[in-house]
Amino acid sequence: MTILPGFVTGGARGLVRRGTDRTGPRARSYTRGVIYLDHAATSPLHPAARRALLAGLDQVGNASSLHAAGRAARRTVEESREALAAALSARPSDIVFTSGGTEADNLAVKGLYWARRAADPARRRVLVSAVEHHAILDPALWLAEHEGAELVLLPVDRDGVLDLQALHDELDAHGDAVALISVMWANNEVGAVQPVAEVVEAARRHGIPVHADAVQAVGQLPVDFAASGLDAMTVTGHKVGGPIGAGALLARRGLGLVPVQHGGGQERGVRSGTLSAPLLAAFAAAAQAAVDEREPFATRVAELRDRLVAGVRAQVPGAVLRGPADPARRLPANAHLTFAGCEGDSLLYLLDSAGVAVSTGSACRAGVPQPSHVLLAMGLSDDEARGALRFSLGHTTTDDDIDAALRALPAVVERARAAGLAVLA
Amino acid sequence: MRVLAALSGGVDSAVAAARAVDAGHDVVGVHMALSRTREEYRTGSRGCCSIEDASDARRAADVLGIPFYVWDLSERFEATVVADFLAEYAAGRTPNPCVRCNEHVKFATLLDKAVALGFDAVCTGHYARIVVRDDGTRELHRAVDAAKDQSYVLAVAGPARLARAMFPLGDVPTKEHTRAEAAQRGLAVSAKPDSYDVCFVADGDTQGFLHARLGVRPGDVVDAAGAVVGRHEGAYAYTVGQRRGLHLDRPAADGRPRYVLAVEPVANRVVVGAAADLAVAQVEADRPVWFGAAPDAGAAHRVQVRAHGEPVPVRVERADDELVAVRLDEPGALRGVAAGQSLVLYDGTRVLGQGTVRSTRAPGDAR
Repeated sequence: MTILPGFVTGGARGLVRRGTDRTGPRARSYTRGVIYLDHAATSPLHPAARRALLAGLDQVGNASSLHAAGRAARRTVEESREALAAALSARPSDIVFTSGGTEADNLAVKGLYWARRAADPARRRVLVSAVEHHAILDPALWLAEHEGAELVLLPVDRDGVLDLQALHDELDAHGDAVALISVMWANNEVGAVQPVAEVVEAARRHGIPVHADAVQAVGQLPVDFAASGLDAMTVTGHKVGGPIGAGALLARRGLGLVPVQHGGGQERGVRSGTLSAPLLAAFAAAAQAAVDEREPFATRVAELRDRLVAGVRAQVPGAVLRGPADPARRLPANAHLTFAGCEGDSLLYLLDSAGVAVSTGSACRAGVPQPSHVLLAMGLSDDEARGALRFSLGHTTTDDDIDAALRALPAVVERARAAGLAVLA
Repeated sequence: MRVLAALSGGVDSAVAAARAVDAGHDVVGVHMALSRTREEYRTGSRGCCSIEDASDARRAADVLGIPFYVWDLSERFEATVVADFLAEYAAGRTPNPCVRCNEHVKFATLLDKAVALGFDAVCTGHYARIVVRDDGTRELHRAVDAAKDQSYVLAVAGPARLARAMFPLGDVPTKEHTRAEAAQRGLAVSAKPDSYDVCFVADGDTQGFLHARLGVRPGDVVDAAGAVVGRHEGAYAYTVGQRRGLHLDRPAADGRPRYVLAVEPVANRVVVGAAADLAVAQVEADRPVWFGAAPDAGAAHRVQVRAHGEPVPVRVERADDELVAVRLDEPGALRGVAAGQSLVLYDGTRVLGQGTVRSTRAPGDAR
């Protein structure tokens, strides 16, 4: 059996082969046999990205080489850079290509911290929201443990939205000592859209650079880097139908980012390493398509999402929607629910067995579900946080997928609840 | 049957799961995460608590072509096995955490959760046999490989729980056969070393673990006459029969090695004496679990009080729902039996029942 890029592991059914029909993903479910509702983890390859990737795979050439083959690769990279910049309203020179979101986040947090501390040793405070992805939290924590940073976790409200008053209070008290602020554009677990514009406005008064992880926002919300006023922003390919392994940090010129990865001096010397022309071309193609198709996509997935949430609430007692109730304040493709009395791993196992792929919506370490720091920051108890599921829709999601998930869920929750009681006994 | 195969990341559970797959069962692999603060790699001979072990378990499931999940049972493990371990040592007793894990986690929480989720059985890599009689009753027997037999640590689970257990390795002639089978099946864990230390105690340093968790409480080490012969940093860290690590100031009058005879937690004293003083003639164990009817008083059977201890012949003095009391045929055939240890009663290879040692009597002290 040939393993194509469109394979997923399908729980009790073993390897499930995804559809390879040429009629495009919208025509019908892209994943045959699997109801794939975990697009926030990674989304199937967009046909435009697949075309760009396949076209690039046989192209020899290191983009740093000076001969014709190198120039061809370089051209692919620079065209990708321009396409990505256009899609996100950035300048091509703002873009630092990376291996993905985590690397871009590390570069932003560490690179900004080191740059600001060098310019003004008093600036040691690193402000991040308490609901950031681990790719932000862990570098910030590392700076606190190893580089003399003072980490400030900014609180969120019950919906997972940043508490702006807490930010203002912090800046009033310590504005001169802050090296950087990082607040995600939209939360990856509960889908809460963050008040990035207000953060930028507040930070500007104190001359503090602001970074936003926009990995989940691109393709779902209008993301305009120039208009946002952000100094740096993380994006990645595989959440928008691009391949895993390509991402970027958008960094305003003159920011003076200190590199994390040293070597051949690629990407303005900020991020060394040979650039992958095929991956970047596919990333740019996917991002371009996601941005071009954003409005109809967002409308369509929001309708599907709303139907999923309404169906679950009607059929499953004890199901609670987490994150903002107002659809305008959350990602259109995100539904996050907790099921009282259930454990996330039971829910996930049962749904996986039924061919429905979702996430427990919590960070994993070595495959072990930990209570979600996002839900805990929102004020949920350990018990409430235990039975959480994140459904994330995407460009391949169909009405049938939602119907199938709704058919499976009531029995799954009932059974998981019985298992939850067994564990408590 | 729908079978949940508990995969520790070791060779035994991997081969057991493979055999369950071969038998035609619908098998799902589950690795139990028993510690939230996991070490990255295996250290020494500890069991299954590292990220490396979880990863080995996942690769075994991949090779077998079965789904795989990690279930976090760390809270339950801490609240039962670790808490019992600490409480028992603090009370001057000697626990067996593997027995408690089988009692409270593997054949309790894991099994109950599996059944609630629709599984018919839990499959593990334990070396023991479950024999189903013609009348449908189930018996727990020693494994064919006596050197690897684990019926001693499984007996506590009792017949009702073990009715849903599956031990495919019970008839393996030797552990080397298991390794060979693993290699032949392409399981990368075939050469992984055996684990035998307590899985949650780093470096096998039980005293260090107890000191860290229970605090330092200095006190006296005394001889049977009450004379102080040394100091300790917490009586709880000693176990009856222990010889090493006593660090006594004064040698014994006869120059022979001394052993821990008793741990007195209230007085915070450790009593030491000669090897001869460890001899046991009678043992009483409480919280009994019986496979079938309890044996009659006067029946001749064998007891085992340590995981790899020799079974010794006994007469049953009392066996009921509250207590099991046995008298050794040969007084002194057992030495240094501590309260808290598991006592398992055997009829040949068959497990009759299990209890937790409450007290012992020395030959001269016999009733």
